[in-house]
Amino acid sequence: MAVTHAIAAGMGGMRAAGDLVARMQMSRGMKIREAKAYVAEKLGVSPLELSDPVIMNEVRQDLRLGMVRDLPGMAKGIESKFRIRELLGIEINCVKRFRERSGLGA
Amino acid sequence: MHVSREGGFYMGKILTRMGDGTLTEMDEAEVERDLEEGTRDAAEKAEVSPLSEDELKHLFEIFTTPAKFASVELGNEVVLSFDGGTIKTRRLGVATGRIQAIQFFERALGADTMELAHIDYSYKQIKPIAGDEQPVLEQALLVSTVPLFYGAMPNLGIYSQPDGPVPNPAELLPQGKIKEAQASNEEAVEYAIKDMVYVATKMHESGADGINFDTTGAAGDPDFLATLRATKILKEKYPDMCIELGMAGEFILGMHGEMSYEGVRLAGLYPHEQVKLAQKAGVTIFGPVVNTSTSHSCAWNLARALTLLKPCVENSTIPIHANVGMGVGSVPVVDNPPTDVVSKVSKALVEITRLDGL
Repeated sequence: MAVTHAIAAGMGGMRAAGDLVARMQMSRGMKIREAKAYVAEKLGVSPLELSDPVIMNEVRQDLRLGMVRDLPGMAKGIESKFRIRELLGIEINCVKRFRERSGLGA
Repeated sequence: MHVSREGGFYMGKILTRMGDGTLTEMDEAEVERDLEEGTRDAAEKAEVSPLSEDELKHLFEIFTTPAKFASVELGNEVVLSFDGGTIKTRRLGVATGRIQAIQFFERALGADTMELAHIDYSYKQIKPIAGDEQPVLEQALLVSTVPLFYGAMPNLGIYSQPDGPVPNPAELLPQGKIKEAQASNEEAVEYAIKDMVYVATKMHESGADGINFDTTGAAGDPDFLATLRATKILKEKYPDMCIELGMAGEFILGMHGEMSYEGVRLAGLYPHEQVKLAQKAGVTIFGPVVNTSTSHSCAWNLARALTLLKPCVENSTIPIHANVGMGVGSVPVVDNPPTDVVSKVSKALVEITRLDGL
């Protein structure tokens, strides 16, 4: 059922930019239209393209934002979240904790 | 032209479903009637506006398409949150760990966000094992990219005897001990707040992207009050914490009857009123619920759900993620909700209410 909703109305998560738009709702309380516009502007794409897995795969690969396809040498997991934090200009809780625990500084 | 259950084609008949998921055939006039009655029922109960003629027409078009799958138009997609998250694979009996479940949802199932959850899905139950849950969350955060919630239920029902510390209001009320039952509920609220704040604090300090208070209000107004107060405490402590508050039912049951928050009596509140209090408490994302009636058609249920959810979206300044799991949001009450009707629910909710997520 969750998959049905994801296909019928979801943004596609990491296949596209669903996780990035979600982060703006979660960190800034943005409504969907505002969140899409913000992420689209940061990525240099149109809001429509945020749900396009072909375009977004290239964008994510170029910006090292984490990809569904597990390519060698690409940012994964926490590594990609460091880049997402920088790109979107938001704090990501686990990145902040990672920096503290690993001695990288806040 | 539509396909009959026997596989033939004929005019005017629509193959649709009841609220329990069973297939049923209706003609166009019956669908129209159910859409009108569904919106009227919701409008009268919640004292909100019924759907407009144009909205009913759009809903009719969605409902009468014979396609097996419906979807929003390209570009109109919304963000999905996944209440219960890792519980879902556990329920299916899939022999995998929770971190792998998160990776499957992220990599294979297109999840925009995901949630780490324990099978005993209540904050009271999580409290004594929080120290064992945190390392799982911390590891999951290292290997995942999508935002990760930690979620559980306020579940005030388990604070009463014999499962919990306070006298059972359900035993006191039939004895006419109204004040004693109310006092018991009030005591349970204090216990629940402590548990929610404790667990949410631990998970936030472990790095969670958000905390989900799922199925809030399941035990009525004490349940809702405890969650609002816990939210306020947490937001004062951690202003940047994301809190999603998802509801259990469409209106707040008055199990206490006289509880209020910020001067507003909680019992009997519908989604468009609930969201105002959620905002005041500091909730980041609100998840309204509309219950599905098994004895009515999906057309009736969906018109009703839209009528209750639309003013909730209009009244909010925060993102709204409507609950559309089994038995809510007009999704049928059945273990395997059929794709045809679930996809129509998705499309109609997004296109007619303009909400922010599901």
